Amino acid sequence: MFNIIRYEIQTTMRQAYSWLTPLLFFMIVVTLFPLAIGPDEALLQKMAPGVIWIAALLATLLSIGNLFRADAEEGYLDRMLLSPHPLTLLVLCKVMSHWLTHCLPLILISPLLGFLLHLPPREEYVLIVSLLLGTPVLTLLGAIGAALIVGIRHHGLLLPVLIMPLYVPVLIFGTGALTAAALQQPITGYLAIMGAFMLLCFAFAPLLTGIALRIGVNQ
Amino acid sequence: MWNWLKQNFLSPKSFYASTTPLLPWMTIAFVLCFGYGMIDGLFIAPADYQQGDGFRIIYVHVPSAFAAMAIYLMMAVAAFITLVWRVKIAAICMSVSARIGAWFTFLALVTGSIWGKPMWGTWWIWDARLTSMLILFFLYVGFIALQSVISDQQNRERASAVIAIVGVINLPIIHYSVIWWNTLHQGPTLSQFAKPSIAPAMLHPLLAMIAAFMLFYGLILLLRMRNQILLRDAKSQWVQEVFAK
Repeated sequence: MFNIIRYEIQTTMRQAYSWLTPLLFFMIVVTLFPLAIGPDEALLQKMAPGVIWIAALLATLLSIGNLFRADAEEGYLDRMLLSPHPLTLLVLCKVMSHWLTHCLPLILISPLLGFLLHLPPREEYVLIVSLLLGTPVLTLLGAIGAALIVGIRHHGLLLPVLIMPLYVPVLIFGTGALTAAALQQPITGYLAIMGAFMLLCFAFAPLLTGIALRIGVNQ
Repeated sequence: MWNWLKQNFLSPKSFYASTTPLLPWMTIAFVLCFGYGMIDGLFIAPADYQQGDGFRIIYVHVPSAFAAMAIYLMMAVAAFITLVWRVKIAAICMSVSARIGAWFTFLALVTGSIWGKPMWGTWWIWDARLTSMLILFFLYVGFIALQSVISDQQNRERASAVIAIVGVINLPIIHYSVIWWNTLHQGPTLSQFAKPSIAPAMLHPLLAMIAAFMLFYGLILLLRMRNQILLRDAKSQWVQEVFAK
């Protein structure tokens, strides 16, 4: 299992653009907001949680779409389906390595972006924790969609349309934790619920992704 | 036992034959419920002491919202049956339901908006139940969009079944997180566990309208499913016989 993760990470790291583009995308989207709204410090501070969360959500969604595409083109996916190891576990490995290479950099850079949007230090810390709990959910749910569209040639914006409504709870609680932190209210409740989402997704999403892959490969 | 059930009731042919006698009865029941609900709801039930006659849109709004959610549930059950047992009828039911459900969701949103303007003074607010209804609409649309891009019939049905199941697991989570997020909508009019917060004179036509909407759904569902069955089996012997009559 760790071998797969290591292999996946190595192949991704070799192609710098594949893990750098989501990061750049994330940074550019966050940069566009002050340009569109204006450099008002109080307003930016108020909007920062939502802006960073939506940017992270979009960056995850855009990178996850290709999770199985290269594997499908190179025939690696068929070998995954035929391998004696449980498909759910293989999918989980792929999703985890994708998270490590595509989402973790976003989380590491997010305090800097928070700083640019005048987020106070206490909220920076909440931002990191909420992203740490939330982005696995985004990745796991996105993987289901990525598996469903793997055989479709011209899918366009289908994946966001399919998956974004499912992101609503994470977005609400992720930004809710930050808003509560800004008002000096307790945040453990929010983070606990996000942790529960994450565990729920870890339990069911790889299974559903496996089912979806078997369907998608037939196409 | 299962094979027997499958052959006698779940094959398209027997489904077609066994639903034929149901249609007139459902039509009669629908007309009765709808007629009673409309007449009682619009003319006989007393006007609300606060909202006046404006509240009467409830007789369209609540039933369509109820139908929108019930149909999604129905769709998810059909999706599960499609995935696990690969019953053709369930797959047809799922695809047909999605389109009807999307329209009911749209109707609930529009009537809610029309109701909101005089009562809250605004067409739209970011209230919990409005928002979760809007997300339900997006879920329906996503399902239909996925169906429209996959050309192979069996893959289309199975892939959309997966997304329907994911949606139904998420639906309560979305609903409660949105409620927690913000709420302005009046409390639920009907709840299974509490005494309804509505006068009996207003309640009876409402229940009749809900029954009428569900009967309407059942009727349209059966009609469209029968059409689909005929289309799919168009070349088979039994369909030729149906048309020969």
